Amino acid sequence: MIDRIPSGFHPFVIPFLLGMAFVLGYCAFGLFRIIKQLSWKERRKLAVSLITPETVVKNIRDIFCDCLFHVKLWKRNKLLGYMHSSIAFGWFMLIVLGHLEVILFVPKRINLFYYPIFFNYFVAEDEITLRGSLLFFLMDFFLLVVLSGIVLAMIKRVSSRLFGMRRTARPSFLNLVGLYALWAIFPLRLLAESFTAHISGGSFLTIPANWVFRQFLGNELNMLPTWWAYSIALGVFMCVLPFTRYMHIPAEMLLIPMRNAGLKMVDARKGFTRVQVLSCPNCGVCVDACPMSANRANLKDCTVYLTRQVRRGNERRIEQISDKCLMCGKCKEVCQVGVDGAQLRLMQRARRQYGFSPDFSNLPQSQIISSSSQKNEKVLYFGGCMTQLTPAIGKSVESILRKSGVDYEWMDREGGICCGRPLYTAGRTREAEQLVQKNQEIIKNSGAKVLLVSCPICYKMFLEHYDLNDIRVVHYVPFMLDFIASGKIQLIQSEVSYVFHDPCELGRGCGMYDEPRQLLKRVAQIREAEKNREMSVCCGGSLGSLSLDFAQREKITRASLDNLCGSGADAIATACPLCKTTFSRYSDRPVRDLAEIVDELIIDN
Amino acid sequence: MTDFGFSISKSATIDMDAVDMELYERVCRQVPSARICMSCGSCSASCVAAPYSGMSVRKVILALQRGKDVRTMLSNCMLCGKCSMACPRGVNTRNLILTVCRNL
Repeated sequence: MIDRIPSGFHPFVIPFLLGMAFVLGYCAFGLFRIIKQLSWKERRKLAVSLITPETVVKNIRDIFCDCLFHVKLWKRNKLLGYMHSSIAFGWFMLIVLGHLEVILFVPKRINLFYYPIFFNYFVAEDEITLRGSLLFFLMDFFLLVVLSGIVLAMIKRVSSRLFGMRRTARPSFLNLVGLYALWAIFPLRLLAESFTAHISGGSFLTIPANWVFRQFLGNELNMLPTWWAYSIALGVFMCVLPFTRYMHIPAEMLLIPMRNAGLKMVDARKGFTRVQVLSCPNCGVCVDACPMSANRANLKDCTVYLTRQVRRGNERRIEQISDKCLMCGKCKEVCQVGVDGAQLRLMQRARRQYGFSPDFSNLPQSQIISSSSQKNEKVLYFGGCMTQLTPAIGKSVESILRKSGVDYEWMDREGGICCGRPLYTAGRTREAEQLVQKNQEIIKNSGAKVLLVSCPICYKMFLEHYDLNDIRVVHYVPFMLDFIASGKIQLIQSEVSYVFHDPCELGRGCGMYDEPRQLLKRVAQIREAEKNREMSVCCGGSLGSLSLDFAQREKITRASLDNLCGSGADAIATACPLCKTTFSRYSDRPVRDLAEIVDELIIDN
Repeated sequence: MTDFGFSISKSATIDMDAVDMELYERVCRQVPSARICMSCGSCSASCVAAPYSGMSVRKVILALQRGKDVRTMLSNCMLCGKCSMACPRGVNTRNLILTVCRNL
């Protein structure tokens, strides 16, 4: 391989160079700004993780798996997985192999930034180049891989349903510019390399194309225009990249080390939050996943639009979107990049200004008198507000406790105070903290060793925001499983078949998927809904949403019920008083809490 | 004047012409469902904060319509959402409370 152009430069590389300079400059500046926005502690955390061998290995593995191979996407949807990884990995390989060619054949040009990209224009084949035929083959092969991905992308643009997506996010104008530029890059590259293939050599794709074009086009005349077009497409793509969804390419490479370093979102806009927002690829997977998509009017209230509005700084829409969310966490579960939509909204809610704040200092102090009998560990049962509204659940839990002979006390039988989670999810963290302090005091003073909870909303709050020393917080499901295992209660089998609805706060919130099913299996037949476990659909009653009105909630509930009833079960079982109340309103079959089901089937001794 | 230890209670008459309805109207614009409250009192019955601060969404709406102060009632609201679960009319009570707090 010999240099064809002695100066090693041609003006057509200028658009590419400009684009590259711009995007690198922008990213460097952005990186600097984001690092500056981090607190000293976060910066130290990040720095430490970047020199710890384990996290470095994890970072590299995650970047390869997520950014290039899109492993998570493969697992969810093969076609989408192939589409994304073919473009990402194919392009990556084209760049790597381009550099390899330069190093092998024209090592003196390695300092020229654009050489690997436009290699085929600048070189000519000679006798000894045949050794490079494998490289040529690989170049053509990966170009073909990328092109196949682009073709899939075009098909998806026309009909996303073929790819298993009912709805996708509507691209903004700049996103479309970026999209078309990206689509143009690779066909233009194929054309450009084909027109030059009789000089620079090529492989199974470019040589035949060169031959075909020669028959009716004449290659020399078309060579330069196509190389210009290729360079311009690259330049345009890079110039719009920072303002489009393609910013997720560089941002994700920062997101992964930051996440592995254990950084959390602490600000509504800056630092790690900014990286999360920029990492959203606007793929629109969250549109279908969002329970609110049952309403046409709420289609634009899912996470993909939130990140877009945060980037635009449209405060009115940011408020609307973040107030509406049910905080079910499903968008995070389906997100390939791991953008935490609920947390992002929580941050937005927390920065809202209030003219008036509640104050809980007048609430009564601990009323529970420690009546611990020393031989057994005392169980303190906290029903929570929602259990008070569904007394059947509280009674069942109490009845089970009585039948199993446990020493227990019902903390809020006569009405207690809220656990604080509703205030917390409304973004009023400081007020929630006051309630946490109050409850903490009552619980600690009660002399109990176990805090039993029947509401997953409270359960999550107790787990995450309470400091209860050595008091164990348990949801009643695993607690009852223990009773059954130790023989404290005996159960008869029921003939009824149940479908279990995973409450958002229990499943996605606390990761408890198997225990309720184990419990249900002990007493009844169990059917599975089409969307279950991590994919379970919110009941629509969630306290996470602030502004969703009742008509909209009803549609969500009905959609969720359709999903559950599709299993053909006789009744619906759940483990959350709020889900039970919400479903009971519209369900055509009985909705029961696990505690009620179990209590009914205990054999009385 | 002789002090009897009690006096005539102040008139409870509200002069609707003098009432400043601005806050109520503003809240209603942001939470339209506030207008459909029929004062049934389900929210008052289920309220967690009622024993401590006399909180009741029904009374809050009424007080807003009368231009009275609602701060005391709201001061103990824990946003637990029982009122919205209990409401037969579908008033978005939590949003109402938050909106009032924002506008006070």
